[in-house]
This record gives sequence, structure tokens and C-alpha cells, in this order.
Amino acid sequence: MTSPWSGEAAIVGAYESPRRKAPGMHPYALHAEVIRGALADAGLELGDVDGFCTVASMPPEGGRDMDLIEIAEYVGIRPRWFDSTDIGGAAFVSHAGHAALAIHAGLCEVVVVSYAAAGRSWPLPYEDLPSSPYGPGQWEVPYGPWTVASYALAARRHMDVYGTTAEHLAAVAVQCRANAAGNEHAMYRDPIAVDDVLASPCIAEPLHKLDCCVVSDSGGAFVMTSRRRAERLSGGRPVYVLGAGEALGQVHMNQMPDLTRTVAAQSGRDALERAGLGIDEIDCAQIYDSFTYTVLVTLESLGFCAAGEGGPFVASGAIAPDGRLPINTDGGGLSSNHPGRRGALAVIEGVRQLRGDSPGVQLDGARTCLVHGTGGFLSATATVVLGV
Amino acid sequence: MPDDFSQRYWDAAREGRLLIQRCTACGRPQFYPRRHCRHCLAADPEWVEAAGGGELHAFTVVRWTPDAAFAGEVPYVFALVDLDEGVRITCNVLDADVDTLSCGQRVTVVMRDVDGWALPCVTTTERSP
Repeated sequence: MTSPWSGEAAIVGAYESPRRKAPGMHPYALHAEVIRGALADAGLELGDVDGFCTVASMPPEGGRDMDLIEIAEYVGIRPRWFDSTDIGGAAFVSHAGHAALAIHAGLCEVVVVSYAAAGRSWPLPYEDLPSSPYGPGQWEVPYGPWTVASYALAARRHMDVYGTTAEHLAAVAVQCRANAAGNEHAMYRDPIAVDDVLASPCIAEPLHKLDCCVVSDSGGAFVMTSRRRAERLSGGRPVYVLGAGEALGQVHMNQMPDLTRTVAAQSGRDALERAGLGIDEIDCAQIYDSFTYTVLVTLESLGFCAAGEGGPFVASGAIAPDGRLPINTDGGGLSSNHPGRRGALAVIEGVRQLRGDSPGVQLDGARTCLVHGTGGFLSATATVVLGV
Repeated sequence: MPDDFSQRYWDAAREGRLLIQRCTACGRPQFYPRRHCRHCLAADPEWVEAAGGGELHAFTVVRWTPDAAFAGEVPYVFALVDLDEGVRITCNVLDADVDTLSCGQRVTVVMRDVDGWALPCVTTTERSP
């Protein structure tokens, strides 16, 4: 049943930093830059903002436990409502759902969701580990896990169970690169073929370098407000939040019940149900693409294809601009922009796509877009359904 | 890294024994060890020794890592193994011909000496009884 808050909040401003390398810039300076851009896009000012969502707990993001307070202090926001849910790259998708509820409940009226990181350049020590080597981590960390290895473990299981091939996985990278060709800010724009992916260095089998997202210095922000206020804004082209869902899985791979299915099955189902839409009514999607496998397992878990059919689905052209479900129309994290936690940038591309101004591939007449974030080590997911 | 609770696990490993847990209330096994049962929340699951046999559930051959502690180890096999007792552990596969590994393959627990402490791992080599 459609939720009473469905469509009651809208995204009215969105801005992705054109930067991909920002040596010497503290991530908080990137926050200020993208918030300025998003507010200008919305036709609003800093003084209008009374809600704020961000998280910056990872070293390339410049923060630690009081990151939310510190960034609000740095930028100059004094919110009466805020959220700093910290679920990896899915965080900012989750924030969009929370903000929609807060706006509907009248807790605040103008919310900024902001993200920035200097994944390439900021000289902060960064250990790519799932958890502390004390406590639960002592049964996984001593074995050499890191992000690519953990995703590779799941991808390899999917290949063994369903016959998925390295060529299937590569098809996702090839499509994202093709979508990036027209995006002047994308990190990589030259076309690639399946063979190029397979010929790139193997990082952790079966994942090659071109199966992995880019590493950039960048950020993005979006501005949300109530339906009423959105319709009064002068330059307004509101994109409505129709539904949202989220789910927690696990941090340690030894606690994941099924490596070939993520909790997107729950967050996606909840988001669609709350939007009152069937999956066939989704025109396009921005699917978190930390790795090619992330996309494949997410499409299956969301229900765009059956379990085990993700490989043939992506290789068939279904995710191309003229396919059943065009995805990652700006080039995604695989080719355009991935400073570390891409969720905010996926929301921004969903908004641009529905407003008709995608920098990558603009589709004809898309009215609905599903935006999906996957955080950590296939650890948590958040899904929002956007519509115009 | 051992703590007061896990010292028993790591001490047993040094003796060549892999400990898992079983709930005294609901009877279900669990891994990793906790002071409670994650199925029913009952306190103090009992420690039981695993026989050492299992199946390779998933694995990856890691060819590159940003982690200085493991850079000298590549290529290494990062894996999940389903023990016959019904729990899943994270481990490395040692002494393996990495090109012949497959999910479902039988493996046996072995201890690897790392800086004076024993790290439970597995091997695909048959161990004589």
C-alpha cells in the first residue's frame, strides 16, 4: 500500500562536483562547494536550511565520531533536524528516505544531504578493513580481507552456483563506460570492450581492475523540501521521493547467509511498496556500482531479473539506454565518479535524469527512477524511488 | 587479537584444536564465538571442538592488496569454509594449487604459525587419520 508520505517531499536542487582530483583540498571544503551548488540549483539560501544529513567517518572524508557536528560547524548550518546514519556507500540514499519522512512530519522544511571525500589525494592513513582486529573482527581480519577481496569472494560463489562468467561481469563495466562517453566530467570516457576488462590486471579473482570503481576526489549534495514549498520555488523542477526502504546485512563475510543475494531484496521491496509501484513501472535505475558484481547481484536481489539470471540479463543489453532497464546513465562509479561512498552521486544522477539534464545519456521520457545504494562489504542497502 | 573472552579459542588453536560454540538452550551451533547465542540470545554457549572437516564455500585468489601486512603474501586465498558441524568460518586455503580450487571441495583444518600464534586455516590436501 502506498505510504501516506509518498510524494510529499521533493528534491529541488542537486549538484555534483565536476572535480575528480582535488589535491590539497580538505574534504570539508568540497562539502561547502557542493552545498553552494545544490542550493543555487534549488534557488534557496543557506539561511533556508533547517535540516542536514551527512557522514564523514572514513579517513578520506576528513571526519571522525563527531563528523556531522563538525561539518555543520564548518559550513555554517544550524539544523533543527539531522541524520548521520553511517551504512557505507548506501548512507546518503538512506538519508534521502529519512529526510522525506522528517519533512512530511513537519520536523524541518529544507534539508541538505551532502557528501565529499578525497579518495585519491587527501593524505590521511586509511586501512581498508571490515572491522577492528579486536572483537568480532579477530575471526576475519587476520585472513587478509579488503574491499575487493570480499566482493570477489561473493562473485566467485555466484559463478560457481549459477555459471555466471567473467564476461557477464565485464558487460556492466563496458556499459557504464559507454554511458560516460558523453559526460565531460567523467573520470574515464574512452570506450572499452569486454576483452579490455578481462585483460586488465586481476586484483582478486574474478575481479579485474576494470571491474572496480574509479577512485576520485569529489562530492555532491542535494536539497529536499516539502511538496508545497517545492511547487512555489521559481526555478523548481521538483523530483518527488515516492518511496524508500533500507536494510542491514552484515559486516563480516562469514556472517552472510547467501553470498549471491543482498538485503536489497528487502529495501527494494519496501521502497516499491511504499511508492505504490510495481517493478515493471520503473523506467531506469542508478545502481551502486562499486564493482561489476555489485550491480549484477543487486539487479537480481531487487527483482529486475531472477536469481542467477543477472549475467545473461546484463550481457543481453537490458541495461543499455535502449534496454529494459537503463542504468548508471552518467557512467556510474565504474567510469565517472567514486570518491569512496557514491550513494549521494547516484541520487543526483537520478534527479538529473528525471529533470532531463543527465550529463551522460539522457533518456526519452523517463518518469520513474530507482536509486539503490550498497554499503560496506555487501553490508547494507538503501533504495529510493524517484518520480516526476 | 585475543581478549579475555577469546583467549580460550586462541589457546586451543595453538594446541591444534578449532573451537566453535553450541547453545545449551536451543542447541544450535554458531561461529564466530560470542558470550551469547545469536539465534536465541541465551547466555554462555558451550565450546565444542570441531572435527576439522568441511567444504570450501567460496574463495578468491587475491593478487594485489593495499594492506602492507599482506602485500608480501600475494597471491593468497581468502575463503569461507562450511565446517561439517554447520558453521561458516573465514580462513585462508594453504598449499593449494589455486587453479584447481572449486566451491564445494572438501578441505581440512590446519593451523598456520603466524608470529608465534596459531591461525586456523584449511588445506585441500588429504590428512592421514
